[in-house]
Amino acid sequence: MSERKGYILFIDVEPNTGLKKALTKKRTEVIADIRNSGLKGRGGAGFPTGVKWNLAASASSDTKYVVCNADEGEPGTFKDRVILSEYTDDLLEGITIAGYAIGAETGIIYLRGEYEYLKKQIVDTIDKRRSEGWLGKNVGGKEVFNFDIEIRMGSGAYVCGEETALIESLEGQRGEPRNRPPFPVNTGFMGCPTIVNNVETLVTASRIIAKGVDWFTKYGIDKSTGTKVYSISGDCEKPGVYEFNIGITIAELLKEVGGGNAKAVVMGGASGRVVPAKDFAKTVAYVDAPTGGSVIVLGQERDMLDVAENFLEFFVEESCGQCTPCREGNPLLLDGVKRLKNGTCSMEYLQELMSLAETMQLASKCGLGQSSPNAFLSIIEHFETEIFGRVPVM
Amino acid sequence: MLMTERQTQADTIEALAKKFGKDRTGLMPILQEIQAKYKHISDFAMQEIARELDIHPVEVYSVISFYAFLRSKQTGKFVIRLCRTLSCEMAGKKRVARQLENELGVAFGETTSDGRFTLEYANCLGLCDQGPAMLVNDVAFTEVTPEKVHEIIQECKRTFSVYAQEVQKHV
Ligand SMILES: Cc1cc2nc3c(=O)[nH]c(=O)nc-3n(C[C@H](O)[C@H](O)[C@H](O)COP(=O)(O)O)c2cc1C
Ligand code: SF4
Ligand code: FES
Repeated sequence: MSERKGYILFIDVEPNTGLKKALTKKRTEVIADIRNSGLKGRGGAGFPTGVKWNLAASASSDTKYVVCNADEGEPGTFKDRVILSEYTDDLLEGITIAGYAIGAETGIIYLRGEYEYLKKQIVDTIDKRRSEGWLGKNVGGKEVFNFDIEIRMGSGAYVCGEETALIESLEGQRGEPRNRPPFPVNTGFMGCPTIVNNVETLVTASRIIAKGVDWFTKYGIDKSTGTKVYSISGDCEKPGVYEFNIGITIAELLKEVGGGNAKAVVMGGASGRVVPAKDFAKTVAYVDAPTGGSVIVLGQERDMLDVAENFLEFFVEESCGQCTPCREGNPLLLDGVKRLKNGTCSMEYLQELMSLAETMQLASKCGLGQSSPNAFLSIIEHFETEIFGRVPVM
Repeated sequence: MLMTERQTQADTIEALAKKFGKDRTGLMPILQEIQAKYKHISDFAMQEIARELDIHPVEVYSVISFYAFLRSKQTGKFVIRLCRTLSCEMAGKKRVARQLENELGVAFGETTSDGRFTLEYANCLGLCDQGPAMLVNDVAFTEVTPEKVHEIIQECKRTFSVYAQEVQKHV
């Protein structure tokens, strides 16, 4: 199988070990295992998975849905692509376990349009599992557990990774985030209780059921149990996808990938923060609590304002435009960065921009607008000496 | 559009609506298939889709306009999308971009006059460890260099002429 090095996710487990075990347990026991494992969502927000499943399981409705979020759009993130292509079976198993746990009959994979080339393999694996009896009527021989999985494609919108926008998109609408509450666990796809989980979360859940809670909780630190899969790119010798124990420090991680001489790293993609070299002794979990696992290594010669400019262009383009702080704020921050690059930004104006950035964090409707100023603010905080009094480059 | 073409498009849409269900949840898959087949979603197609799903054509347009991969204007047979996000930018995207413009003779956002190529930027394609990355329709190309750009375009042109002949045979 795969030659990746890992502990929890990148290991070989006999197919359907988790699902077989789950089917011998009561639904509530499966949920209790996930809850006791302390597993938190791996898609960015870090919400406890067991709590989410329990909320959907206890919601009263005949129809419920499991949605696998495979929209992976955060800049610098590509681990779900690797999991989708190398652990397809394990993912489908995880979705099925989730379906059993909450009492759903349908699972939907929302795959980003950019990954169209992965679709065939996923559909083929779904068909294979159906022919083996792991999908369809009486899954795995379990009376009255009927479950099937379908796949839906995105069409090039980052914001559709946000779970309520994703549901809008599934319902044939513009991918505009909804107000919450109500939350999808109560009112999700077609108004029915729905859990939305990241690809990595679902595979990890199947591992927990397969190998046990005690095995899982041996990894990690304190309240952050388990391991995390990181997508590492930028100025390093060995970019790629890695599984690390959650307690790893940035310095250790950089050593693994050959990025020792970095000036800074971007943790968490465009929505994340820039961490300067002086903080590399900190653990990844510390600086990057809500992590999607994106790490972009910046070498000594990189201009931090180029980084801010690239990210803000991204947000200007990807904002859905529904709410004012995000729609109007991001272009203003982008303009500010251009001024800084030109050396035409006064301190007073920069302070105005910083308070605008804080307003965006507080007043934007969804995570896109709330986190879009993060990189900008962290660059100003840590690289002050680099950004004032520039002479424009001709 | 010729009457016969309209009829085939209308039939295609009817079949898709049957396949994906006539309610609103079928809208995205129908639009995606029409986009892939006709390289855009024409006013006529929007009307037909709206009729099948019993919604207003404006609703259909509103959805199309939201998604980067759905188009109301004709795009080229090959849509080239070069990633412009940070990791690819740092890996040498600028030179690849310049070479693409040189080879195709159009700027980003434009379609060649022969209707073969549309050139545009995309945001992170999830191939950041192998940048510069780009998609040609659904096919991913990684570690693209200016030299490779020429080869890729030539390859597209070659397969396009094969395709063009096939089309002629059928007409
Ligand atoms: C703008 C935006 C984009 C997001 N993109 C993704 C994504 O591509 N994949 C993902 O799993 N979660 C994404 N999320 C987080 C989801 O809203 C949601 O929290 C997650 O899918 C829940 O799954 P988890 O609990 O398993 O992490 C995004 C959030 C925001 C605000
Ligand atoms: S914060 Fe941005 S992306 Fe989110 S709802 Fe508001 S405008 Fe849309
Ligand atoms: S930055 Fe180009 S593929 Fe991610």
